[in-house]
Amino acid sequence: MTALLPRLHVRDLHTRLLQGDSPLPLVRGVSFDLHDGQTLALVGESGSGKSLTALSLMRLLARNARWECSGQALLTDAQGQQHDMLKVSDEHMRQLRGHQIAMIFQEPMTCLNPVLTVGEQIAESVRLHLGLDTRAARAQALRALEQVEMPAARQRLDEYPHQLSGGMRQRVMIAMAMVCEPRVLIADEPTTALDVTIQAQILALMSRLQKDTGMSMLFITHNLGVVAHHAERVAVMYAGQVVEQAGVHELFAKPAHPYTQGLLACLPGRARQLARQSGQAVALQDIPGQAPAMNRLGSGCSFAERCSVSLPACQLQAPPWLGIATHARLCHLEGHP
Amino acid sequence: MTTPMVRIQDLSVEFGRGAQRVRAVRGVSFDIAPGEVLGLVGESGSGKSTLGRALIQLIQASGGSVQFEGQELMGLSQAQMRPLRRQVQMVFQDPSLNPRQRAGAMLAEVLSTHGLHTGAARAPRIAELLHIVGLKPEHASRFSHEFSGGQKQRLGIARALAAEPRFIVADEPLSALDMSIQAQIVNLLIGLRQQLGLTLLFISHDLDVVQYLCDRVVVLYLGRVMEIAPTADLFDAPAHPYTQALLSAAPIPDPTQAAPQVHLLGDPPSPLNPPSGCVFRTRCPHAIAACAEQVPELTPTGAGRWVACLRHTEWT
Repeated sequence: MTALLPRLHVRDLHTRLLQGDSPLPLVRGVSFDLHDGQTLALVGESGSGKSLTALSLMRLLARNARWECSGQALLTDAQGQQHDMLKVSDEHMRQLRGHQIAMIFQEPMTCLNPVLTVGEQIAESVRLHLGLDTRAARAQALRALEQVEMPAARQRLDEYPHQLSGGMRQRVMIAMAMVCEPRVLIADEPTTALDVTIQAQILALMSRLQKDTGMSMLFITHNLGVVAHHAERVAVMYAGQVVEQAGVHELFAKPAHPYTQGLLACLPGRARQLARQSGQAVALQDIPGQAPAMNRLGSGCSFAERCSVSLPACQLQAPPWLGIATHARLCHLEGHP
Repeated sequence: MTTPMVRIQDLSVEFGRGAQRVRAVRGVSFDIAPGEVLGLVGESGSGKSTLGRALIQLIQASGGSVQFEGQELMGLSQAQMRPLRRQVQMVFQDPSLNPRQRAGAMLAEVLSTHGLHTGAARAPRIAELLHIVGLKPEHASRFSHEFSGGQKQRLGIARALAAEPRFIVADEPLSALDMSIQAQIVNLLIGLRQQLGLTLLFISHDLDVVQYLCDRVVVLYLGRVMEIAPTADLFDAPAHPYTQALLSAAPIPDPTQAAPQVHLLGDPPSPLNPPSGCVFRTRCPHAIAACAEQVPELTPTGAGRWVACLRHTEWT
């Protein structure tokens, strides 16, 4: 039956920051499914809640604040057993991390321990999650570095993070995440801090690893170019909500939510592509205004203020889901976009 | 060809000395025409920000010449430079606004430094500057923390415009901004160029924006110019192997287009110890023995294009 269950099934995830009298809703009812070997891109601008969604799932929200998470996040293991990551005990969650689900971050320098060698850090995750002894863990760490195509891997084992370039640090992060062969990998802006030629190397590496291991990926990014070539499905986030979900070709060909449409029209590369196809100059469109403050959200659509096609209802009523299961949008506007 | 507004010749910038000497910019020459938007692209460590700062004398170049409308800037004292500062301004990635200063006071400071719009004319001028960059007059009384990222960058642009410059160096002005806000600032820059006839050096690592905004592009790698070309030509037919690799690595936001290619393996060499000969040869798929021997000269190849590659004739 495992084939029918998505590897990661998230329903109505809410994350609130508890502060003062009124909790601040930062993730507001996010739902998605991640299937075997699939890459789902979570796209949005800063503050849209995409990283918080990932941290909520991993139960890694900052401990210096108080949080409240609700909803369902079912992770299916290789035996077909489901674990609700929001409900299981801390000990149970520690067992899921590493082998079942792992995460890599944007800033490898802040996530790597500066006083431990690269080898020690990878070996630590092997010892903790797979229970190997020190020697076997080191051998495993070396294999992990070779797997991520680290140049001079044996020598790098004994080096510290500051001795590595940005691209190599990200390879170490990926090695740490991949060493326990997770079934689901959450990658939070893994190439944002890298130069474009290094980004291409890291993305090619991640695609190869995914093909080799069959893992599923939740890929968080704001870069629509990366989305276009590395995701099968896309969920667009705005103000803590998913506002549109579609297959990648469908999304780029027929964006249905006004925010997604605006986002694509913002892209100079996109404007140029359209200009080339139509033979006419295409102006770069911007989305006026800025994202709403999360403590001042009204009852209506959170995008209504910036939306060029909003209706009176948008200001007052929360928008419904429209469209079909494979391509849905959170919008009042009926009919074909 | 018109006389250039800015002419850089054989400009070099070095930091440190001895074994720690970094030659951040090495023998760079190019012109910027009046009214032109010139893109300066390169990856981190290529020296593009250093070059931009050396150009307006914010850091001391170690050799070469920078001319602004025929006047040599190198070797000018601070006092001699001051009247020229009005003409050349800079916009930074992070506008670094004084947290204790209100927006209006910040603009007023620029105006009084340059003795512009004194007395009763000052307040309307500040309102006008805010209007030009798409802010409201009431924003003048706000502190920097009360602005969003996009508004801060608008304010950074207003600060540069307050001096009524003819030439602006914009160093990664969009990098800290979200996509929808980036588009707002790009459109603002395009509008300013049309209204005020500004000349712009646009430093960026974002090839898409450069392609959209710039007339010509200079490609830097490890402190040296690899290629100079009109934008459309550069993106249609990049002549230098580094430009080719750079363009093919950038993902096009359209899933029906070809996926990005990995042409460059490894990391760029350290600027502390750059390769001999052509600085790109260690990662170049076309490098031959001669590339280690001699530094390829930036050579004109016709139609405003320049390439620094020994083997460029083989693929242009």
